[in-house]
Order: sequence, then structure tokens, then C-alpha cells
Amino acid sequence: MLIHCPFCGARPSEEFAVLGDAGPKRPEAPGDDTGSDPEAWYDYVYLRDNPRGVHREFWQHVGGCRAWLVVERDTATHEVRSVELARKATAGREAS
Amino acid sequence: MRYGWHSIVRQALGGLSAVAPAWRNPEPKPAYDAVIVGGGGHGLATAYYLAKEHGLANVAVLEKGYLGSGNIGRNTTIVRSNYLLDGNVQFYEKSMQLWEGLEQDFNFNAMVSQRGVLNLYHSDAQRDAYARRGTAMRLHGIDAELLNRDQVRALVPFLDFHNARFPIHGGLLQRRGGTVRHDAVAWGYARGADSRGVDIIQNCEITGISIEQGRVTGVETSRGRIACGKLGLATAGNSSRTAAMAGLKLPIESHVLQAFVSEAIKPYIDQVVTYGAGHFYVSQSDKGGLVFGGDIDGYNSYAQRGNLPIVEHVVEAGVAMMPGVSRLRLLRSWGGIMDMSMDGSPIIDKTAVEGLYLNCGWCYGGFKATPASGWCFAHTIARDEPHALNAKFRLDRFRSGRVIDERGGGARPNVH
Amino acid sequence: MSGYRLDSGGRIDRSRRLDFTFDGEAFGGHPGDTLASALTANGVRLLGRSFKYHRPRGLLTDGPAEPNALVELRGGARLEPNSRATTVELYDGLEAWSQNAWPSRNFDVGAVNQLLSPFLPAGFYYKTFMWPAAFWERVYEPLIRRAAGLGRGTHAPDPDSYEKGNLHCDLLVVGAGPSGLIAALAAARAGLRVILADDQPEPGGQLLSRATPLGEEGPLTWRDRVLAELETAPNVRLLSRTTVFGWYDGNLFGALERVADHLPVPPEHLPRLIYWRIQAKRALLCAGAEERPLVFGGNDRPGVLLASAGQTLVNRYGVAPGRKVAVFTNGDSGYQVARDLQAAGVPLACVIDARAEGPADHGLDCRVRQQTVVADAKGGRSLKAIEIVDRGQGRRIPLECDTLLMSGGWNPILHLTCHRGTKPVWDEEIAAFLPADVGTGLRVAGAAAGHMTTAACFQSALAAVTEICEDLGRKAPEVALPACPEEPCAVAPLWWVKEAKGKAFVDFQNDVTTKDIPLAVAEGYSSVELMKRYTTLGMATDQGKLSNVNGLAILAEVTGRPIPQVGTTTYRPAYTPVPLGALAGPHVGAEYRPVRRSPLHRWMLRQGAEMIEAGAWMRPSHYPRGEEDWFAAMCREVRGVRSRVGLCDVSTLGKIDIQGADAAEFLNRVYCNGWKTLPVGKARYGLMLREDGFVMDDGTTSRLGEQHYLMTTTTANAGPVMAHLEFCLQSLWPDLDVQVASVTDQWGQVALAGPQARKVLQRILDDLDVSNDAFPFLAAAETTVLGGLPARLFRISFSGELAYEIAVPADYSEELADALLRYGADFGILPYGGEALSTLRIEKGHPAGGELDGRTTAQDLGLGKMLSGKKDYIGRAMSRREAFEAPDRPVLVGLKPLSRGAKLRAGAHLLTPGETPAVESDQGFVASVAYSPILESWIGLAFLKRGRERLGEEITIYDPLREGLYRGQICDPVFVDPDHERLHA
Repeated sequence: MLIHCPFCGARPSEEFAVLGDAGPKRPEAPGDDTGSDPEAWYDYVYLRDNPRGVHREFWQHVGGCRAWLVVERDTATHEVRSVELARKATAGREAS
Repeated sequence: MRYGWHSIVRQALGGLSAVAPAWRNPEPKPAYDAVIVGGGGHGLATAYYLAKEHGLANVAVLEKGYLGSGNIGRNTTIVRSNYLLDGNVQFYEKSMQLWEGLEQDFNFNAMVSQRGVLNLYHSDAQRDAYARRGTAMRLHGIDAELLNRDQVRALVPFLDFHNARFPIHGGLLQRRGGTVRHDAVAWGYARGADSRGVDIIQNCEITGISIEQGRVTGVETSRGRIACGKLGLATAGNSSRTAAMAGLKLPIESHVLQAFVSEAIKPYIDQVVTYGAGHFYVSQSDKGGLVFGGDIDGYNSYAQRGNLPIVEHVVEAGVAMMPGVSRLRLLRSWGGIMDMSMDGSPIIDKTAVEGLYLNCGWCYGGFKATPASGWCFAHTIARDEPHALNAKFRLDRFRSGRVIDERGGGARPNVH
Repeated sequence: MSGYRLDSGGRIDRSRRLDFTFDGEAFGGHPGDTLASALTANGVRLLGRSFKYHRPRGLLTDGPAEPNALVELRGGARLEPNSRATTVELYDGLEAWSQNAWPSRNFDVGAVNQLLSPFLPAGFYYKTFMWPAAFWERVYEPLIRRAAGLGRGTHAPDPDSYEKGNLHCDLLVVGAGPSGLIAALAAARAGLRVILADDQPEPGGQLLSRATPLGEEGPLTWRDRVLAELETAPNVRLLSRTTVFGWYDGNLFGALERVADHLPVPPEHLPRLIYWRIQAKRALLCAGAEERPLVFGGNDRPGVLLASAGQTLVNRYGVAPGRKVAVFTNGDSGYQVARDLQAAGVPLACVIDARAEGPADHGLDCRVRQQTVVADAKGGRSLKAIEIVDRGQGRRIPLECDTLLMSGGWNPILHLTCHRGTKPVWDEEIAAFLPADVGTGLRVAGAAAGHMTTAACFQSALAAVTEICEDLGRKAPEVALPACPEEPCAVAPLWWVKEAKGKAFVDFQNDVTTKDIPLAVAEGYSSVELMKRYTTLGMATDQGKLSNVNGLAILAEVTGRPIPQVGTTTYRPAYTPVPLGALAGPHVGAEYRPVRRSPLHRWMLRQGAEMIEAGAWMRPSHYPRGEEDWFAAMCREVRGVRSRVGLCDVSTLGKIDIQGADAAEFLNRVYCNGWKTLPVGKARYGLMLREDGFVMDDGTTSRLGEQHYLMTTTTANAGPVMAHLEFCLQSLWPDLDVQVASVTDQWGQVALAGPQARKVLQRILDDLDVSNDAFPFLAAAETTVLGGLPARLFRISFSGELAYEIAVPADYSEELADALLRYGADFGILPYGGEALSTLRIEKGHPAGGELDGRTTAQDLGLGKMLSGKKDYIGRAMSRREAFEAPDRPVLVGLKPLSRGAKLRAGAHLLTPGETPAVESDQGFVASVAYSPILESWIGLAFLKRGRERLGEEITIYDPLREGLYRGQICDPVFVDPDHERLHA
């Protein structure tokens, strides 16, 4: 698989580490114990979108620039559709 | 027809007309008491034990392809019960015990070969971790031996004991572990279930799950609607997709695990051996090929094929462990789709939907689990409650934190 | 009565003789021969025995698909089982042996299986060998294993070396036959960077095997002209003896170059094989087509071979396959082979064409029979005669011949196009599968695309290159095509000669006959995949290259389904088997994984350290003096630290530089304890959780400036923690103004520990005051040592002693260590290794690898009070779950044996005293142990259910794998200096 790192260009997938589903958004948790919703945390930590088809995933260019990326990839064909910096892709997302 | 030399002789004398099919090829009935989705090892075993242990015969197994077309026919055929953690140890030992009597039970030679499983260790810390694991096994009444280097050498003299990057210090041996001819497991269960009245329906893909007022009423399939009172999903690899038909999201990712076989050679290695300095496991099939594997590729996949980095990774470990294999040739590589769960352990459970049962999350352990998985899942479906052996494999363990994390990798499927 | 060398012709050098042996018998051949052609030239026909029935077998093909002529090649540590005689290039001194025959290939006891064959139908072993159950491992399986397999493998380490390499190109052309050559030529002229890979020793493909001219010239004159241009083009790389074995994601191809397999041993400094990863923008598959065998009785007799193999023997190797040759064909291509044999003077018996009509003007002197099939081939170890059936008249006619060439049509070699999951498409006209459209990355041309004439092959190759040029923004060049001969290529399917009386083989090597397929269907194994698995058709070393299409066509007929509905089994890599050594490359033995070495590695060796593997690192275990073993050295080192001062390399700990306005906030979010109040010049112990609430790592972090922190991690988790921090910053909190950088390799670091540590330290410091008041426990500073060497100083302690860690730029590590040894000499300083370090930390109850196994919680470690309730941090929500607070969770305790001399071992379990060992009495386990020379006892850290309530209680220590069952006592995990006075001294 080739992944087009925004900084480094097309690089082989073995230079990258994959974390998985980029969908879940970390719940907003207040500083005390009262406000955190266990279901939201269960969902964030343990449940995963697992589609056969296009999937948005976190990958890190560990063997290169160390950037975390959001890679849109087809899990049925391994075709990489798009790559963007996680910094940009996750900015301004609403909590799920 | 019961199998044995007598059936072979009858066939030799009578020709094709004396041949009885191993299973029927029935049309689906409009309704069943229970429907199992997935005609792989786990689904077929479940149907077999539903009929045999629980007297439930009005059962159908729906398989989207041919029977045994999933991971039951794509694995490296290893069986063992050398687990560490409570929940896994007793479950996999149940499986081991079922393997031990399986062939006589279902009258099909699955070539259960208790040739021993040897896990190598390369450091004091690894040795101690295996001691802990072996002691857990002993406490469950399972055989386990901790071997030093000389004892390993006596068993498998041709490993690279000294020269390797990670010298071999010894190994954990479970003599009762071994290999089983994988396809034959599916066929044996299929034949056994069929003969007890179970309908095995191939080329029948489910497209929807009908739920009315919180309970399952049937499935939509490529061959029409089939009503059922109970529905068991045994679709590892595709669990997220089938569960989604019932509105469930699972703590599972689908990953590709590659497996490899060399050209067939005369007897070369007598045990199952796993490397401790890299993820690698190998045994020799009765046909002569070295069957081996290693890590999953690491990315979500439904493609049943992997890529070269893992091929190299696995083969490097293999040649580092057994330098003599260098001149043997890799004949074929393939991939299976694993349900990688968030703690590396499986799920056999009821769900919030009445009559809907889950069997999923098998990670690397699906093949060796086949008999116990079917046995426990059948119990869970028939009694509507988990058996003690799968009571720890419940879905709510992720909520409560009672995870069963053999590798200590945490909520990250691709490190288990 | 069989093959012989022709007086002329072929691409062999008759002026030189190469000596070789087969089964110990000496023969001669010539450069240019394969082992197969040389044996055939010597009249050797019986080459081995089949898998199941031990049938005598000879040569079948001229290439890598060969299922029969497999030999053990070379010997000793270079022994290579299952080598295809058809691809083994002859070299002087070659040694080969036949396989799967005992006592010899001429008289093989296993052949008795042929008599038993009615009782050995497909899958018989699934129905038998079940009683008594215990006999499987003891009796049946060993017998079956010995009978199965083919050649023998060696257990000796491989003396040869292997390489891996990466190549990049615009266009990879796979196959250097006519299509591949013209494609490479066109692409080269278009300016593309081209790789032309071909599995033969010289380019040419089919041109090497044929006699008919191309244009006005001999077939190789055109090739030579093209080659001359390609060889001088700077943008073309020719890879001969190179098989492209797999197609992978991202248009990556795996290829195997046989650098030295045609030589007795690889020349010095050359690898035997190179495994290439070829990253191609575009690829063009020009792999040609594989001829199919015909399925009739005795079609496996030595002397029955593919027509294409006969043609190659004559034209390429100058070998006549026999002295009286019949040709059996269902298409026009068999006639050309007959003409080539006739032209070479090989006596022809007859051409037998299953079709009602063949070509009118066939130009053959021998008899040509239409509408006739070969029903049975007769003979034992060599073909003697055939029985043909004239289907028009229904007569069975015996015919004498010693060789039968069969041509059953052609299968495009489309394997690579299927490696990424696409299935091929059935084509009625050529009665074969064609490659499906698999996108622009991999196109197919020539015979591999189903074009069966040279003219059509050329045109398809040029058309493909034109498309590729368009893709890549190039202009397709003009390429003149040579005039091609007329090549009739009609074929009529003939899957199965039902008039056969004898065994008719579909899969030769695995002995799958026409009887096995209907049997599998009758038993319910009627899908193509089940039939394959039940009969083993297509599962031999040729992976069904010859057998699959015949097999599924017969399956289609038996089940009454059309072929496209039956479908194919899956084509998987490798196209031809790849030696494991090539895939491992140089990464074996000591080079299996890279070694990480501390900047003090050589210094430690000079101090006499015993080094051991610790993950990727090499770490010092201990520094033996004289005849000391590790235990004595460890005890001495621990006593030295506790009583005087010691020096230990801690460079391998992860070091992460953290800077930015929000650095404190960031630390607050990634550690479970608070960081907002840490002043500049101070260090703090931090505990880091995973988001699932379990402990990830621990270490100290120091504040070096207002916006500058230095984090340390454990050695094992340095990488994961770094990636985790980067994830947090880039994905979770991109708004934080923080930068992180790993500086592990930039700094060498040593711990200086012991009551005399301050005195030694003072001697190397330039001007820093390290008195207890000025530089108390957990102080941190940037300073200079040894006259201006920048250094970082931390008063932290793993050993529980008065201790400092001193970091200097990595290149100055040895200077620092030497200075400490020198200045500490009169205080009795000594270096200490990992064993002593481990004992020191266990004496103090500090958790390390044995306790931080990814399954423990802060509460388990007795660090629950570190979990801040005042802020959000990674893992906070999940660390409060029900199971984390469960009272029966095993928690960290100390452990001592009741009898003072008893040894503890990590991994032992803790059981309720008095109960028989069983799951129910399992209370926990021993995580780490050490012998404490201070306490003169073994001590351990353990996890025990309700452990903190049980201090002072007795417990049973159960270690059955090492024959240990003894009693211990639970205690506080801090064994030495429980009030931590030494730390603050």
C-alpha cells in the first residue's frame, strides 16, 4: 500500500503505524467525577466503525515525519482514497 | 452411512451408486426454531451441539458461500489450551478436551494430532511469564512443562540456539496441544449436524435481521425470508456487518491475518513451535508442507489477502528460528479476516435483542476454539444464558473493565 | 527407445561438456541445457514417482509448472528439494536425486498403492484411521507423514547469502517474449523508465522454442536487434532469471532474481538470490500462456509430455523427445509442433486430432487422423504404445510409439492479475480463462491476454503501451512490426477422453484422476473450492497451473453447470514458489533485528560487562570480576551501591523534550497526577494511563524552564509513549501550544547512587551547589561538568539511595563515565548492571516491567492516590470503572519466603495455605524476584487478592513447573529503608 503523506509524499505503508477508526471523538469530560457519561466513554474507547468499504483511520508516519494522519481507505480493496493531517481533520469536530 | 474401512470397501465394490453424500443440500424451510448464520467451523459446531446436546434439530445453518469457506479453512491448524487468564484457560481447555474425542464423536477423521506445542523463550522475563502461564494451566488441570535449553534441543535440535539475535533459553511445552486438519473439522461437524436433522444451506447470504418488539423474528436472505425464534450469529470476520443488521455496534475490528505454506517435504518438524523473539508459529501438515504464520497486517481489511511487509516479517522470524528452512520454498500465501476484539478475547453472549446471540471476536484463537465455541454457543442459545465456561466472554466486560487481555495491549485491536 | 541429442540445432554449446549425476549415475550435457533437457538427451525418462500412487513419472513440461520432474538438487547444507528439472540450468558437477521413491525410482515399493487404489479414493483418510484413537499419533500419522511429502529438506544452516532490494519504474514489463520485448522497446523509446523482467536465462520467451521465422529472418534475429537497443538504453533495466511472483497493493510487485542458481555455488560477494520489491507506476503482464495436458488413460506415463515441451526440447535444446513420436491435439497448435519435429528429423508416428476437421494444408508427411482421440497410453516406466479411438468409426486402434506429445489448448498465464482478489473471465473462443480488467496499474498483453498469434500479440502489446503512455503523459512512439507468419490457432475443448480405461490424471503430482471428481460431487463436495480441498486437485507444487482448468471443466460437466458458473479457485501468490531465504534476505541470524546500543556500550564492555538482550537494546547484566557468576557479581554490586557508590548506565530510558506555553497543561492531561504546581528546577514522578484506564508507563518529568520539560519513560515504552504524546497533540488537542521531540539518542545518562554519591558528584561539577539544602531530592538543573561540558542533573533515585542522574550529550558519555570512575575511585565506586539495578528497585518496591504488564491499574500498584480528582486526563473516566475498584483485584505486595534460604521465582502463583492447588485457591502471582544481599533473603513483588489487608499472613507459593511448593509471608513491598531516609540524605 502507498500512502501519500502530506509532508513526505508517497511512501510505503510499512513506514506507518495504524491506530484505527478515526471516527470516535473523545468525550468532553469535566474536571470532577459528576459529569462524565460512562456510555459515551464506552463508545469512545471500545466501539468501532468497521465497514466493508470506505473507512477513515488514524495512521502515523512513524518512520518519517511523525505526523498523525487521517487516511480514507477502502477496506475491501485497500485502495487509499485520501490522506490529510489529523491536526486539520479533527480540528473543530463536535463531540459525538 | 457410518465411515470406516467397510464404507471404503463398499464404495470400491459398488462405485458411485454406493456413495452416500456427506450432507444433504436442502432448500430452506420457511421457519426454524433456531437459525445459525455462518457455515464455518463455529456455526456448524453450534448446530451440531444444539442437535446433539440440546435436542434442538429444527435448526438451519445459513452460509453465504460454500460450507467452511471462511477462516476454518484458512488457518494454521494449531490447537492448544496454553492460556494465562481466567476465562480463557478453562474455555480453551474445554475445547482441547472436545478435540480429544471429536473424531470418534462425529465419525470423521479430522487428524487431531497431539504432537505438542512448544513456545520458545529468550529471556528470564519471558521464562517467568511462561512459568506464570504454565502454573495457571496446571491449576486448571492442564499439562504444562517448562523446558530449559537442553530439553528444547532434545526435542527440536535444529533451532538456532546460540547464533541468533535472541538466543533460545528454553520453552513452554504443552504436549496435548497440536494440530487438526482444518477443513475436516467443518466437514465433520457439517456431516454430524446434517445427520441429526440440521439443514445446512449454502449460498444463502443474510441481508437483514427482523426484530419485532425487541425480539428476533427471522432473517432476510438471498434465498428469501426465513423465520426463526432464535438467531445465532457466528460470522467472525464479518461480525460487525451482521450485527449491524440488528442495530448493534461491536468492540471489534476486522483485520487480515496471512498464513503460509511451503512446498511439501518429508517429515521435517514434529511439533508446533512458536518463536518468542518475533510472532511466528509453524508446524508441518501431514501432507508435508510447513504451515506457518505470524502477526496480522495491522490495518482494517475485508480483503482476505495481505501485503509483503508482513510476509517478510514472518519469514525473517522463521529463518531466524530455524535456519535450515532457508532453501525451502514458500508455495502459497493467503489471508483470513479476523474479528479482532478490543481485549484480544472472544465474545459469546446474549444481546439486548431477545433471541439474538453473538459469537464473535475470535482474534487469533478461532480455530482452536471451534468445538468449545460451538458447545458454549449452543448452550447459550438453547438455555438463553451463558454456560459457566463462557460467562466471562460477555459483551458487558468492556463496560465494567473486566477485560481479558492476554497481551496487555489495551483497547487497540491490532496489538492483540 | 527414448530421447536423444540431435546433431544440430538448439541454443546449446556442443563444444563444451558439463558433467552431472542423477541418482548417482554420471551423465553429460552442454551449456544451455536444463537438467531436464540433458537427462532427456541421455535417454533418461523415468525421473521420479508420484505423490500417492508412486506412479513412474517423467518429464511433462518445459517450465516452472512441471509437476513430475522434481528432484533433490545439490546436497548437504545446500540441499533443495522439489527443484523442477525443467528450470534447473545445468552446471558442471551438478548433483540431483529423484524423490518419493524407495528403494529406488526404478523399483519403488510404494507403487503397491496402485494395486490398492480402489481402496484409496479421494478423501479415504477422512473416513478411516480413527480406531483406536490413540493409534493416530503413534501409528497412523507417522506412516502417513513418511509416505507423504516429496523431497527431503535439510536442517543445516544455509551457507549462501540473500539480498533484498527496491526498484522503481514507470513501467514494469513481466515477460520478455515477443509481446514483452516489443512493449519494452516502445516504452523505452517513449522515454519511460522500464524494467523488463523475465524468468529465463535469456530474453525471447516463445521465440527461443520455435523454428519458424519472424519476417524474413530467424526468430532470434529480430530479438537480438531489439535487445541491442534495450541494452544500450539508459532508461531500461533488464532482469533475466527473474520471476515476478506477486502483485500487491499500491502496484507493488514482488520479484525473485536468481543471481547464482545456475552456478555450483554463488561467486564470492554475490548473493544466491535477490528479492526485489518493484514499485511500478504501470505494469504490463506479458507472461504468455501455458499449454494444457489432455486427460486420457495413462496420460502420466513417462514419454507422454506436452507438445510445447517437445517443441522446446527440439528447437531450444537440440534434443529429440523420442524415436517415434505421436502428437495428440485438439487444436491447430499441435500441428506446428509436429512440423518442427519433422523439420528436425524426428520420426513422427501420427498426428491425432480430436476435431472433425484440422488444417487442410498441414505440411506433414506422417498420417493425420481426425476425429480421433488417444484413449489409453501403455507402458510402465516408459511409453510403449497408445490405443486410439476413431470416434467416427468407434474403433479402438493400437498404435506403437515411444513418445506422445499432447496439446489441450492454452491457458493465459494471468495469475498476477488475480493476486488482488479479481477472478478471471471465461472465454468460449479460446476455451480458457482471460484476465479481467484490473485497472490501469496492471495491463495484460500477448498470449497472457488470450492473443494466440504473434501478430495479435505484437499489436496488443503496442496498444497497451500506447495507453500507458497516455496515462503518464508521454507520446507513444512508432515501432515497426516484423512480418509474422500465419499461425492457425483454432481449438475445440476436449476435457476428458471418456473412452479411457486406465487411470486418467487431472492433477499429476497429487494423483487426482477423473474418478475422484465425480466422487467428490457425489459426496457433496461439489463447489469448486470443496472439490479442490477434498481431492487435493491443484494443491501440489504447481498450484494447479496444469490441472485447474481441466478439473473445473470436468466438474462443470459432472454437475451440469456451465464453466463460468463453476468458477475457479483462488490464484494466490507466489506465482512460482519462492525460497524462504530470499524473503528473509539478510535479516537472519545475528542480523534478525537491528541492535540498539547505548552510547556507553563500548565503555561498558571495557568495564567487563556481560551484555544481554533487552528488547531491541543490549544492556549490561552485571560486571563480573574474576570468576564471579552473575549472582556473586550482583550481590557485590548491590552492596557497593548501598554502602559506597555505584554507577549505572540509564541512557536507554526514553527522553522526550516538551516545550511550549501549554506544556504544563499538556502534562496535566497525559499524566494522572497533577503538574500545574511543579516549579522550575524540580522533577516529579508521573504515572501515565491508557485511555482504557490501565497503566501505560511511568517515569519522572523535570521542569527545566518556564516552558520547558523533560519527560523520561521506561526503556520498553519509549516509542509507544512518544507516539501517544504525538497523537494527543495532533489529534486530540491540536490547539495546545506544545512541541515534543524524542531526545533519547541525544543524551547519554548515568545514575550515580549510594551514600557517597554527592561527594563524587561534587568533583565533576563546575559550580553547582548540590548540598542537600541547595539541591534536595527531586531537584533538577541544567549545568556544566568537567570544565564546561553541558549537563543535566536530576536528583532522582530508582535504588532508594542518595542518587543523581547526570545527562551529557551522547558523544561525551564515556568522558563522563570515565571521570566518575576516576573521581570516585577513592570512595570505592563501581559500575553496576541490570541485575543489581533490579535488586535495588525490588528492595524499594518500585514497579517495573514485571508489574507494568499492561493489565495493572494505578490502584493495583498502590498508586491509586495519584489519580487526580481535579482534572481531566487520559484514562480518567475508565479508571473509575467497577472492575478497577473491585476488592478482589490482586494488588501489589511484598513477599518473603518463610525459610530464609528458599529461592523465590517470578511466575509462581500464590495459593491459600492449606488448600490443594486448584483454580479456587489461586490468589495471585509473583511478578518480580531478587536476592537481597542486604536482607540476605530472596524477596519478591507479587500481586495478591486483598493483598493490602494481608500483610504478615502466610501464603503458599506454587511453582509446579520448576517443582517448587513452599511457604512465604506477605509484607510491605518496600523492603529496605521504608522511611526513605537514604533518599533524602
